[in-house]
Parts: sequence; structure tokens; C-alpha cells
Amino acid sequence: MTTVTARRRTASPVSSAAPSRRPHRPVDSRTFNIVAAIVLVVFAIIWLIPSLFALKTSLTDNGVAATGASEILKNWNLTLYSYSTLLGQNDIWNWYTASAITSVITAALTVLFASMAAFALSRLRFRGSNLVLLLIILGIMIPTQVLIVPIFQLLNWMNLLNTYWSVIFPQVPAVIAVFIFKQFFDGIPRELEEAARIDGASQWRIYWSVIMPLSRPVIAAVTILTFVGVWNNLLLPLFVLSNPDLMTIPVGLATVQGSFGQRYADIQAGAILAALPLVILYLIFQRQIVEGVTGSGLKG
Amino acid sequence: MTTTTLTVPRSGRSRLTAHPRAIRDTRSAWLFIAPFGIFYLAFLLGPTIYMFIMSFFNTSTVRTGLGSFAGFANYAEMLTRADFWSSLWHTLQFTIYTTPPLVIIAFVFAVLTNRMRHAQWFYRLAFFLPFILPSATISLIWVFIFTPSTGLWALAQEALGMTPGSGVLSSPNTAMIGIAIATLWWTLGFNYVLYLAGLQEIPRELYEAAAVDGATPWQQIWSVTVPMLSRTTTLVLLLQIIASLKIFDQVYLMTGGGPGISTQVSLQLITGTAFTDNRVGAASAASVLLFIVIIVIAVIRQVADRAAARKEF
Repeated sequence: MTTVTARRRTASPVSSAAPSRRPHRPVDSRTFNIVAAIVLVVFAIIWLIPSLFALKTSLTDNGVAATGASEILKNWNLTLYSYSTLLGQNDIWNWYTASAITSVITAALTVLFASMAAFALSRLRFRGSNLVLLLIILGIMIPTQVLIVPIFQLLNWMNLLNTYWSVIFPQVPAVIAVFIFKQFFDGIPRELEEAARIDGASQWRIYWSVIMPLSRPVIAAVTILTFVGVWNNLLLPLFVLSNPDLMTIPVGLATVQGSFGQRYADIQAGAILAALPLVILYLIFQRQIVEGVTGSGLKG
Repeated sequence: MTTTTLTVPRSGRSRLTAHPRAIRDTRSAWLFIAPFGIFYLAFLLGPTIYMFIMSFFNTSTVRTGLGSFAGFANYAEMLTRADFWSSLWHTLQFTIYTTPPLVIIAFVFAVLTNRMRHAQWFYRLAFFLPFILPSATISLIWVFIFTPSTGLWALAQEALGMTPGSGVLSSPNTAMIGIAIATLWWTLGFNYVLYLAGLQEIPRELYEAAAVDGATPWQQIWSVTVPMLSRTTTLVLLLQIIASLKIFDQVYLMTGGGPGISTQVSLQLITGTAFTDNRVGAASAASVLLFIVIIVIAVIRQVADRAAARKEF
């Protein structure tokens, strides 16, 4: 996939060598780098404030939180009350279950089906391959959110509304995944599968036992990206799920936030609980996520 | 850009045996494509076509079937409805507010991060983490920050000597700006990592040559980094515009389109028409119109990308 990000971390090419070489510059690289570092640190802190403020609020007493931001920042009697309240209710566990089931199944189906299609496009010569490629490029351009109305009608007709399938099925055909897999497969040297071909291995065997084991990085990237995408989707589950027990966590939160009233600590705890699995996933798979996002952005 | 792997030449060997192979491959190829293909046809291409068909009928959610033929009536209605144009305008307004800062600030942060020799993980964490959070989390956080008079935003305004007004999200004049600020914070990380990736591709030698010629860091950025990243910028710009046109989540969650309909965006008008008014045909016509706008930009993107790729090789 991409060579992105991980390499050449230390690429600040000029800074180390330049200052001694040209001492007469009014703004030399060293000054520039110091100013740059200060600016960057200040903005990085600004960027962290909303999350940290939400975290602090969620650990504050509801009564204190209701009096405003200055009290929240002053009062440091931390409490886990909001978390224990939310986690003590069934709702959040139903929502976690719904989000986990739909995200995992969609990711599994997308990875399997998209990689199979990409294998055919990358390795097999067949009639109609140009048509398939054209449909793939067409598919990348289709904005799926705009299809919410016909997709709703279709799911209604299939009697799938208010099932997990109504969230899963429309998100399986992620055309970009085919594209990402195809690019990766195209880069795998053919010599690796020649031996298997000579031994008379079937195409399925080559796909499953040669190509897929070599594709772990791209499988990881597509899995995680699909998982995150499905977990975060609001529009589709908002309209196809009306049963509160089946709602995914963003939809569940959005639906009940009105009933929280002034319990701001609880609201912020809910916001953090909805994001927590993704934050953990990010901390573990930082590289795959960043590379996957970059790859899908560059190629999509 | 990183498309070196794309140009791996097909081995000439298989061409010798092309004919018998091709026939055998065709069957297995379609079997490999079938599972994805079925989902593609059922949930992507099918709904697209169905959307076009429904836009010419008086389809509703309450009756089954397409309903009576309407001709272009749905389109005529949408194109003459004030709220259709206002929602399109709000979508455009959101795009105008968010695109320049999202591109420029992401560029600046990426260029600065690229110069840092220490703690790059920290900047990545700070700027990129919000991007993977659910829109629901973002919205709950920012609505709370924007709490009138006692929220963190009001507190910051007071600290800066400004008088906090009645709340950013409660005034029709500023509500969209509030949504734009939350969005800037949320999605900057995406453009940021795209620019960081683009920066890795710039050969060191260019900077070294510039430094030898006595270029200041500013001059290096202007005459090396900016032009070398022009392809990334085109990409980021078009992706950004397309994403902005599809905005729904933040508006739905933060203001519900209000106050009044002052922040109502196209997708909200579409879902409102379909699921509240039960007028699926009219909603489909509005969907088609938005669809066309987005496709036009996506086509421009493809063309620009092809042109840039051709120039490179």
C-alpha cells in the first residue's frame, strides 16, 4: 500500500546542517524550528482541550457540572458516578452489542468479498474484466449517504428494517476496499504463486493460501477502517433502526440525549463511552489506521 | 503518488496460453466476483437506479409500490421550493466555511510536524485522534462547550475580553459557524495525515539544493513544499468539498437544522421529506439533484487525478 508516514520521521533535512553554513541569515533554520515547535505545541494542546474537558466533565458530579465550565475546571473531587450509572443500565450494553456485532460482521464480509473480487481483477484474465473495472470506478464516485431513501425502501421491501442486517448489508459493498486490495495484490510478485500453479492448485487455493497470507497489512487496514466506519455511521442506523434495543451506540446516544436534561456529566460520560473502543483501537493500531486512512484517501 | 506498485507489468508468459486459460479463468473469476457483485448491485448500483426511477413517481413510505407517475413534477416542486434552495445554500455555506481552514491549517500543521524531530506521535495523536471519534461524541462534546454563558466557549470569550453572546448555536447568524468549528476540530486530522504522507514523498535533495542556494525556511516552504504538494492539495480540496456536500451528522445532532431552518442542510431536507412527510418520490428527486452535484465534482477529481498521474510518468 503506501509507504506513508512511518519512515523518515526525523526528516528535518535542513535544520541540522544549515545554520552554521549561513550565519548571516536574519531568520535561520534554528529560530524557525523553535518558533514552529512552539506554535505546534500550542495548537496541539488546543486540539486536546475539547476531549480533555469532556473527560474532566464526565468525572465531575452532575450538580457541579450543571453550574458551568469554570466550576468544572475548579472542582477536582473526581467521581466515577456517571460511568457507573450508565454502565449499570441495560441500554448502553445493548448499544455496545449492536455496534460490535454490526461492525465486526460488516468488516469480515467486506474484507472477504472485496479481497475475492480484487483477486479476480488482479490475477485472472476473463471476459468482462473491463466492465467490472468500470463499475468499480463508478462505484467509488457514488455517494452512499445520498442513497439513504432508496436503501430504506429496499430494506423495507426485504423486511429487514429493525434488524442488524439492515445496518450491515448496505455497508458491505465498500468499493474502495476492492481498489485497495487490488493495488496491494498487483504488487505481489507472481513468482510466489507459480509453484502452486504448477502443482495444479485451484484459484481458490492460490487466493486463500498464497495471496491472503501475504496480505496481512492490507487486511488489517481494511478491517480496522471498515470497523471504525460502521461504528461511527449515524445516518443509516438512525433511519433503519427504531427499536431502542437494537440501536448502535451513536444512534442510541443521539436518541436519548434529550432525556438526560441537565445531567451534563452523564452526557459527557456517554460521549466518551461511545468513543472508548475506538480510542483503544487507535492506540493499538495507530500505524494501520493512519496508513489505511491515507491509502483510502489517496486512492479513493 | 505512491502508485509505483500499479505499474508492475503483467507477465508475458500467461499470454502465450491465453486462450485456454481465459476460458477457464472466466468462470472462476466471476465466482470470485459474485459475492461482492451481488452486494454491489443490490445495495449500491440498484438503489442508485431505483432512486432515479422513484424521482418520477409519487412514491410514499405508507403505500407499497412506486405509486402514480409524476413526470417531472417532483423536480419542478423541488426546484421551486424555498427550503430546497435554502438547504442547498446552507450546505454550500458549510462547505465555504470549512474547506479553506481545513486545507490551509492541515497543510501548516503537517509542514511544521514534518520539521519536528521529537514527539511526532504526540502531534499525530492530538490532531488525528478526533477524526476517528463518532459524530455523536463530537456533537455532545461541542454542544456542551457551546453552552450559552456558562460553557467553555463563553469562558474562553470572557478570558479574551469578549462578551459571550446568547450562545453560538442558538443564533441563526452563528449556528453554522459553531458547526464549522466543531467540524474543523473533528476532521482536520484526515487532511493532516494526507499532507504528512505527501511530505514523505518530497526528495530531501530539493531542500538541500534550496538551502545551498541560501533559501530561508519560508522560501523553502513556498518554492519547494507548496508546489510539490500541489497534487495532494487538489486531492484534499476535492475530497473536502465532496465530504462537505454530504454533511448531515453534525447538523442533525448539534442544531437539528435550527434555529428555525437556519442550518438545515440538503440531506436533512431529503430525509425529512422521505421519513417525516412520507414523500419518497419528492425526496428521491432532491437526492438525484444532490447526487448530480457530487458526481460532477467526483468526475472533476478523477480527471484531475488522471491528468496529474499522466504528467508524472
